[in-house]
Amino acid sequence: MGRYVIRRLLQMIPVFIGSTFLIFVMVYALGDPVAALFGEKAPDPATAAQIRHDLYLDQPIWKQYLHYMGQIFQGDFGTAFNGQPVTELMGEAFPVTLRLTLVAVVIEIAVGITLGVVSGLRRGRSVDSTVLMITLIVISVPTFVTGYVLQYLFGVEWGIVRPSVSADATFGELLLPGTVLALVSLAYVTRLSRTSIAENVRADYVRTAVAKGLPRHRVIVRHLLRNSLIPVVTFIGTDIGVLMGGAIVTERIFNIHGVGFQLYQGVLRNNSPTVVGFVTVLVIVFLLANLLVDLCYAVLDPRIRYA
Amino acid sequence: MRGGTHAGWTACAVIVALAATACGGSGSGSGSADASAVLSSSWGDPQNPLEPANTNEVQGGKVLDMIFRGLMRYDPKTGEAEKMLAEKIESSDAQNFTVTVKKGWTFSNGEKVTAKSFVDAWNYGALVDNKQKNAYFFEYIDGYDKVHPESGKATAKTLSGLKVKDERTFTVKLTQKFSTWPQTLGYAAFAPLPRAFFDDHAAWVAKPVGNGPYAVDSYTKGSVMKLRTWGDYPGEDKAQNGGVDLKVYTDNNAAYTDLQAGNLDLVDDIPAAQLKNVEADLGDRYINQPAGIIQTLAFPFYDKNWGEGKAKLRIGISRAINRKQITEQIYQNTRTPATDWTSPVLGKDGGYQAGLCGEACTYDPAEAKKLIQAGGGLPNGKVTITSNVDTGSHRVWMDAVCNSINNALGKDKACTVVPVGTFADYRNKLGNEEMSGPFRAGWQMDYPLAQNFLQPLYYTNASSNDGKWSNEEFDRIVNAANAENDTAKAVTMFPQAEKILAEKMPAIPLWYQNGSAGYSERLSDVQLNPFSVPVYNEIKVS
Repeated sequence: MGRYVIRRLLQMIPVFIGSTFLIFVMVYALGDPVAALFGEKAPDPATAAQIRHDLYLDQPIWKQYLHYMGQIFQGDFGTAFNGQPVTELMGEAFPVTLRLTLVAVVIEIAVGITLGVVSGLRRGRSVDSTVLMITLIVISVPTFVTGYVLQYLFGVEWGIVRPSVSADATFGELLLPGTVLALVSLAYVTRLSRTSIAENVRADYVRTAVAKGLPRHRVIVRHLLRNSLIPVVTFIGTDIGVLMGGAIVTERIFNIHGVGFQLYQGVLRNNSPTVVGFVTVLVIVFLLANLLVDLCYAVLDPRIRYA
Repeated sequence: MRGGTHAGWTACAVIVALAATACGGSGSGSGSADASAVLSSSWGDPQNPLEPANTNEVQGGKVLDMIFRGLMRYDPKTGEAEKMLAEKIESSDAQNFTVTVKKGWTFSNGEKVTAKSFVDAWNYGALVDNKQKNAYFFEYIDGYDKVHPESGKATAKTLSGLKVKDERTFTVKLTQKFSTWPQTLGYAAFAPLPRAFFDDHAAWVAKPVGNGPYAVDSYTKGSVMKLRTWGDYPGEDKAQNGGVDLKVYTDNNAAYTDLQAGNLDLVDDIPAAQLKNVEADLGDRYINQPAGIIQTLAFPFYDKNWGEGKAKLRIGISRAINRKQITEQIYQNTRTPATDWTSPVLGKDGGYQAGLCGEACTYDPAEAKKLIQAGGGLPNGKVTITSNVDTGSHRVWMDAVCNSINNALGKDKACTVVPVGTFADYRNKLGNEEMSGPFRAGWQMDYPLAQNFLQPLYYTNASSNDGKWSNEEFDRIVNAANAENDTAKAVTMFPQAEKILAEKMPAIPLWYQNGSAGYSERLSDVQLNPFSVPVYNEIKVS
């Protein structure tokens, strides 16, 4: 187990270097960020040259990359164009997005798996077909539609919640955005667990468990569910990474100042230190989430062992 | 951050309590204005640190307008430059000026505003080492080429044209005659700075200190800035409310929804998608008024297909564009068809004159077709229109302009749109002279004078003359107007220069841009200044 984890961690290094380099090149391919700093006016050459020099932009790209990586290993992610250190931006943004992701994942797991189990056990009945229909609708409606509609209904029409999230972004305020964010994934989780349960419910070990005279809830939770969750866990694991970085739409609709907000602003302003810094952290989150998923397999299914 | 928020809540509670007692005390009911009530307003994260000479966009400009007062100030209604901190600005030759600062002004930290506060601030803004994006504002001051050379290191630290005479007087020597120069001094870049700015720069940027009607109470970067009325403000334009909370919104739709739900008092950027409903939603709480912004289509004079000798072709294209229809249908009248190259916000005293473009800007498809043919036809039968498309719904109007041209010519594919993904990329392409057809050239004024709309854009080799147009007669009139001692007379000379633009059409005027805002029922006396920034100090909260 320990050796397996170490091997996986070592494998992350080339992935990390490759992906950051790709991001670095792509952000720089967008054009010279300094030109956009001067509004509609032509940049003043002397000032622009000075800024380029200070941001290390007057060097060839491979040198810039080495310089940047050198900085990162000293814990310095550079400075955003508005003069704030990127680490400070991260300190503000990541906790907010983390809370949002947590809310979303909890909703996803609680509602998604419950619905999946219920419809899987009642395969072919009206409950099953209703759930299937609803998930189909949820999957086909884009997030920004559900986001704006729910925001308008709950925030403006009924006045139950504030339509936008304040700077604190407490868990209570994040319930609605979290639900919006969770909806699509929730539908996938429901469908995945439903299929998995429906298949396993006829497996030999379930029949044995029932024959042994185990109570029904114990059969379902200890035996059936545990074996059926592997595809679901895989999905949720990758989904955490997606939700952390891909909440741009939801964050914009509800004015949440999280990772999506910083990334969007960074891309719009060609603010390379912000974009590369945030994406680098997201890459790490993704890699770790994947590792966790793999380790979870062993917990769920004793037949899987890592050496 | 936590502590700040708690303080914020307490402040809110106190304010609510105060508001309640104030209303109860006056006994006149809910309609009365409360001078201690705080309003909330939408804001965008400023692109640059909030130094006066480094702020060139509206979001940072909003804050500077609240916490700074300069020598001059533009009247929020008329745009006219009026003396603020300046007691007098005198000159006998339109080149050497003596500035006297009024007595009794201080910064909100108690420090006196003196001649030195101005000279130090301007020297800081001009010096290339400080990378101030508005440095070019000081380019007319003698010695600018030493502190801000086009390349290489600065050879001087201060502008030789600035001299402090005594506590309240300083002299300015310009490199050329520029009679309307005092009227440019209302721009934020010319604001005075306290010693704290230089002594502890990081602390100052984290919480700026100025001399305006508001002082910064707290600033959480990226989310909210709380400004409160400065009680000892010595000026006459004291704030009529207790303060302003500027809240950062990433998406103007979210701000608009918050306004509808009553969580926000003022939105100064109505989302394009809501323009159709805004009058129904807000009624007379919706403002739509001209701002000092114009959009034009400029031609690349470095390309022989469009440059010299093609005036007829350029005018023909201008006449093929149905400005009225586009501004009505795409922009719901938040743009006005342009009839000259400046802006109506200048007013007559600023040098604006409607209709200077004349027939050349009037839609007439038949005449347009004739003119384009007389001008040798489109090069290879094609024309492309280029702009960045990441903001401002540029893609939509470019398609409409192309349709308009195609319809006039009776051809389907004569005009096509070449979109550029990001603004930075677009600026680079302009800088490298890569345009092969008309391209979007927008201009937002720095100060309300016709000179600012004309010289930087059309004077030979001027900083934003991206089409590289050059005309001796135009340059001569601009020079003469700048050298004219009588400012009123100088202003009347710019329309003459515009007549040359109408003849040569180096850039097609498209439309004047409006500023828009909406506000809650609590507010009254809301207006936008010519820079489309709300005049916060005059807003009354009930």
